[in-house]
Amino acid sequence: MKIPAELKYSSDHEWVKVEGNKATIGITDFAQDQLGDVVFVEVPEIEAELSATEGLGTIESVKAVSDVYSPVSGKVVEVNAQLEDSPQLINEDAYGKGWICVIELSNPTELGDLLNAAEYEKLLLEEA
Amino acid sequence: MEGKKTPLYDTHVKYGGRIVEFGGWLLPVQYSGVLAEHKAVRTCAGLFDVSHMGEIWAEGKGAFAFLQNLVTNDLMDLEVSQSRYSPMCYRDGGTVDDLLIYKFGNERYLIVVNAANIEKDWNWMQENTDSFDVKLTNKSDFTGQLALQGPKALEILKKLTTAPIENIGYYHFMDDVIVAGKKVVVSRTGYTGEDGFEIYCDTNDAVYLWDAIMDAGKEEGILPSGLGCRDTLRFECCMPLYGHELSQEITPLMAGLGMFVKLDKEAFNGKAALEAQKTNGLPQRVMGVEITGRGIARAGFPVQMAGKVIGRVTTGSPAPTLGKNMALVLIDTAYAAIGNEIFIDVRGKAVAATIVKKPFYKRAK
Repeated sequence: MKIPAELKYSSDHEWVKVEGNKATIGITDFAQDQLGDVVFVEVPEIEAELSATEGLGTIESVKAVSDVYSPVSGKVVEVNAQLEDSPQLINEDAYGKGWICVIELSNPTELGDLLNAAEYEKLLLEEA
Repeated sequence: MEGKKTPLYDTHVKYGGRIVEFGGWLLPVQYSGVLAEHKAVRTCAGLFDVSHMGEIWAEGKGAFAFLQNLVTNDLMDLEVSQSRYSPMCYRDGGTVDDLLIYKFGNERYLIVVNAANIEKDWNWMQENTDSFDVKLTNKSDFTGQLALQGPKALEILKKLTTAPIENIGYYHFMDDVIVAGKKVVVSRTGYTGEDGFEIYCDTNDAVYLWDAIMDAGKEEGILPSGLGCRDTLRFECCMPLYGHELSQEITPLMAGLGMFVKLDKEAFNGKAALEAQKTNGLPQRVMGVEITGRGIARAGFPVQMAGKVIGRVTTGSPAPTLGKNMALVLIDTAYAAIGNEIFIDVRGKAVAATIVKKPFYKRAK
């Protein structure tokens, strides 16, 4: 199970990559593996204002529906439109081409509530 | 996670199965992936553990009359070594379960029922023995069942037996067949829409047979297959799943299973109610739907037309063979016409859909 050291994680299995005041969001390798073949992704609207832990989108596998929660507060400035036609990118490259959206942070102090890679790994061991 | 384990539980874990709870049982939803397994069954072969299914024997001079009264289909012309699908109804026409009846002899029948319904069915059958000279035995815990399904199923199973299993017709079976050295019943039936076999064995032989079949099918590319693709496969063929397209509220007629309800049969549980429903018209019907908008319909989602709710989704998911999102819906009969444009309420969003013909998939003969 890949858990890149440079990312931050939510306990709902989203990852966050921070660059300046922007955060790219996706779901973790563990989350995509649990879901199985992803067949449908609903990304948020550009310009949508989200608060942390608010629903950001939906990911569906053949047999399951899973909500994605925003790990941070802010405005959606970019979404991965490729996921509409190629939802399997989430399975194939969860931390790369499977990114979901970019959020402009409105409250960067929230980043302190997220887990680092070691803490996320510990969470997975506890859940297993 | 709590639930009953089939004799193959450890084998599923060993083969990488992701275990879920289903109808009180711990079973694999998938091994390599639902889509890969679905495709393997359509193009090659898949092996399923269906040991959770219930097996009830009906024996005695009155077994035939008991069954004729119990189920909606007609067993009059059922011959030894033949099996038949039938719904089983309450007196009000609601469905207790749907099942398979195997005729082993004139006074000996095997009834195979859904796992989640074993206890309910058993009690219902006991209540309906009435004056019939029949003895019922629940052998569910002593019977293992494997389903080998797919176009290569015959080729693979042939490697493990000298019995002429190629001569078994659809909905026929062969008793006392030696497969990989074990004595089993080989039935040419399934729940996938492909050619294939359901193999009934002693629970103690289930693991050995599983490994032998997986081994025999290696060259062909057999995949261990889970409940996930079992559902998508049966869904593409629009075979009903109890609790979805059939229930205490959904009669077989509403489910579109009229061909398995023989109203010309003398007497059976639910006959009067079903006759009345046929005469007076069905309140709702199970229809097939293609989702034309963007979204996936899931069981329970409301169905709308002309601004009002006309029913709900009973099963919905991608249909991998078609590359489309499909659904089975239970809707008011007034709206149940092929070609009708409807909407599925997908988490508050109205997603366009069209009523289409069933089944969604039929294999080329």
